[in-house]
Amino acid sequence: MYNKKECVAMLLAGGQGSRLYALTKKVAKPAVPYGGKYRIIDFPLSNCVNSGIDTVGVLTQYQPLVLNDYIGNGQAWNLDRIHGGVHILPPYQTASGAQWYEGTANAIYQNLSFIERYDPEYVVILSGDHIYKMDYSKMLQFHKEKGAECTIAVIDVPIHEASRFGIMFAHEDGAVYDFVEKPKEPKSTLASMGIYIFSYKTLKKYLTENELDETATKDFGKNIIPALLQNGEKVFAYRFSGYWKDVGTIDSLWDANMELLAANVDLDLYDTSWRIYSNNDTAAPHIIGEKAKIQSSMVTNGCYINGKVESSVISGGVTIEEGALVQYSVLFPGAVVKKGAVVEYAIVGEDSVICENAHVGAAPETIENKDEWGIAVVGQDISVSEGASVAPKQIISESI
Amino acid sequence: MSYNMTNVLGILFANAHEDSVPELTAKRTMASIPFGGRFRMVDFLLSGMSNSGMSRVGIITRANYQSLLDHIGMARPWDLARNTGGLTLLAPFGRNIDTGLFRGKLEALYSCLSYIRHSECEYTVLSDCDLVINPNFHNLVESHIASGADITAVCHTDDYTEEATRESTCFKLDESGRVVEVSINRAVAGRRTMDLNIYVLKTSLLISLVDDLVSLGKFSLSRDVLQGRCADLNIRAYEFDGFCMRISGLESYYRANMALLSYDNLSKLVNSERPIYTKDRADAPAKYGFDSAVKNSLVADGCVIEGVVENSILFRGVKVGKGSVVKNAILMQDTVVGKNSTVSNIITDKNVKIKDGLTVSSSESCPLYIAKGREL
Repeated sequence: MYNKKECVAMLLAGGQGSRLYALTKKVAKPAVPYGGKYRIIDFPLSNCVNSGIDTVGVLTQYQPLVLNDYIGNGQAWNLDRIHGGVHILPPYQTASGAQWYEGTANAIYQNLSFIERYDPEYVVILSGDHIYKMDYSKMLQFHKEKGAECTIAVIDVPIHEASRFGIMFAHEDGAVYDFVEKPKEPKSTLASMGIYIFSYKTLKKYLTENELDETATKDFGKNIIPALLQNGEKVFAYRFSGYWKDVGTIDSLWDANMELLAANVDLDLYDTSWRIYSNNDTAAPHIIGEKAKIQSSMVTNGCYINGKVESSVISGGVTIEEGALVQYSVLFPGAVVKKGAVVEYAIVGEDSVICENAHVGAAPETIENKDEWGIAVVGQDISVSEGASVAPKQIISESI
Repeated sequence: MSYNMTNVLGILFANAHEDSVPELTAKRTMASIPFGGRFRMVDFLLSGMSNSGMSRVGIITRANYQSLLDHIGMARPWDLARNTGGLTLLAPFGRNIDTGLFRGKLEALYSCLSYIRHSECEYTVLSDCDLVINPNFHNLVESHIASGADITAVCHTDDYTEEATRESTCFKLDESGRVVEVSINRAVAGRRTMDLNIYVLKTSLLISLVDDLVSLGKFSLSRDVLQGRCADLNIRAYEFDGFCMRISGLESYYRANMALLSYDNLSKLVNSERPIYTKDRADAPAKYGFDSAVKNSLVADGCVIEGVVENSILFRGVKVGKGSVVKNAILMQDTVVGKNSTVSNIITDKNVKIKDGLTVSSSESCPLYIAKGREL
């Protein structure tokens, strides 16, 4: 069968997202809900299909059930194709034994046979950790024009945040001459976005060599990119400007949701020229009841809102009863807030129930010691019983 | 007993009764009338068939079926994209009927007899698309088999107004539930057992009835089968007592939509046990602005509301600008209400644009209809 693709994408979706604590207890980070009706992985998947990349391998490892079910046959993203389409790639057993994915480079290495089925010239490596819209075809064009072996997408970050990222040093034309992973004293503000395009032959060569090195951590940032630079391969930085947000922590996930509510949103989800697709249950439109008051918020299908909602992102199938107050919060699918309950500056996990008169979170202005304040988190499938409270910054993963 | 529902063929009449809502069907079929914020009429019957385990459904169309084709696509949302069976659109076709356009349901069925035969299904369910309902055809078929009836007709008994009975078929039943008298279009108010135009019968009986009656120049299912043969066929009524509303005019369309503002009604009609499927559009969630004030409304994804909305149904992608007030309105997909406009008791079809600073209103008993794509 003729199956050749110019470019295939490999999406690293096996990460736990341990800094999201209770929110990733039962799901992998790419399956974490965002923006009412999305999960994080919708962004790279939609970007792929909108960029004309129709073959995507999704590498899963940690808690894959929800992710597998969500991706299904890829139909929601128009990725159910006869040739190509989306493929879930979990770790597997071979004649020589079974091996978990040990690092990002090792995960791709273990799936070289998947890539080779499509005999591609280029491979895009993506992660399921970020919210952004990006046309990978433009980056590929840049990669070709530069005759690069590897192109790394970079974004300018404020210098005080640069120590959290892999930092690139590049010449005027984009040629990268140095790379430092999370420098203590950053001297450049070009941060790697964790998006790589490789010419396939080079990728295969370096992944194979890396496997033979027993001391290597088998990671793109730590091993593959430094090795390319050391050998004088043509590595280029592709500058991206636009909305790009890491949602790997409770604070950044909450922030990224709140940013959607601003009057001039940097990330336009209503733009039909670059749709973000998601796989949703069929539900009726939401009802805003007789007693409801709702402002500066986003609400998804299947909700029943009869309380007061302000500056919040409400996912599908959420119930907010009469007399309840929800403000500056993110409610994941199926959450229930009962009569008289207050949820503020909080994230409530999927299908969790906040019972009558319970109180989750608090406004920062009500807390004297600012170090004690933070976003309150209620994990998935649990309940906060009648009259109970969850303090600011507290994260619960068991019912109270 | 649990009957294998893959042996039941579904036939939907996409155009039936569309003359009763000429405004909404000027450029579409009854089946493709938008309803309830994100659905189209055909979704209710089609989802019911799919949820009941049926795997073969034919939709008979007569005219204006472009919007229906677009909506149905490959029928994947209803899980009816199948290798064998699945959904088939039966467009006007027929060598033996001169115009190709049928006069009644018998002629319509006659033109697709080969499809019906090829289905090799033991039973056939026939239905129109004018009902807002979440039907369980599995229960219907089992009741039909258990009763030994030749034809089972789904009906609903209620106190009806004269207007509601004007275009309807009503039954008189004997004590055992057998239909003994059929009256058609008799406008009399009162307690009546109204035919919901959903029937189940053996496919072999359907084929012989259609063959026989069409050869005699007859074409009406209600007159020539239900009425004409009720003495010699065992026709039984099956009372449907769940949520059901029938679209028989613009006013009843308006009332049926508004009925969904009750959470109780909505969750009877659409629930996770028996979902109503529809074509998805990948809209973002609805967004409520800083000054918005919304009450008692049904709002679909993709809406952006910056004004006041009360007692209204907002379909996908509707925009309500700052300072505008929308009351008692049904605004279909992508309707845009500009800034500082007041809109009440109206139904806007898709893509209607209402500019800034306008007042468009009507009385509650007679909602004003604004045609697709109009700009005010």
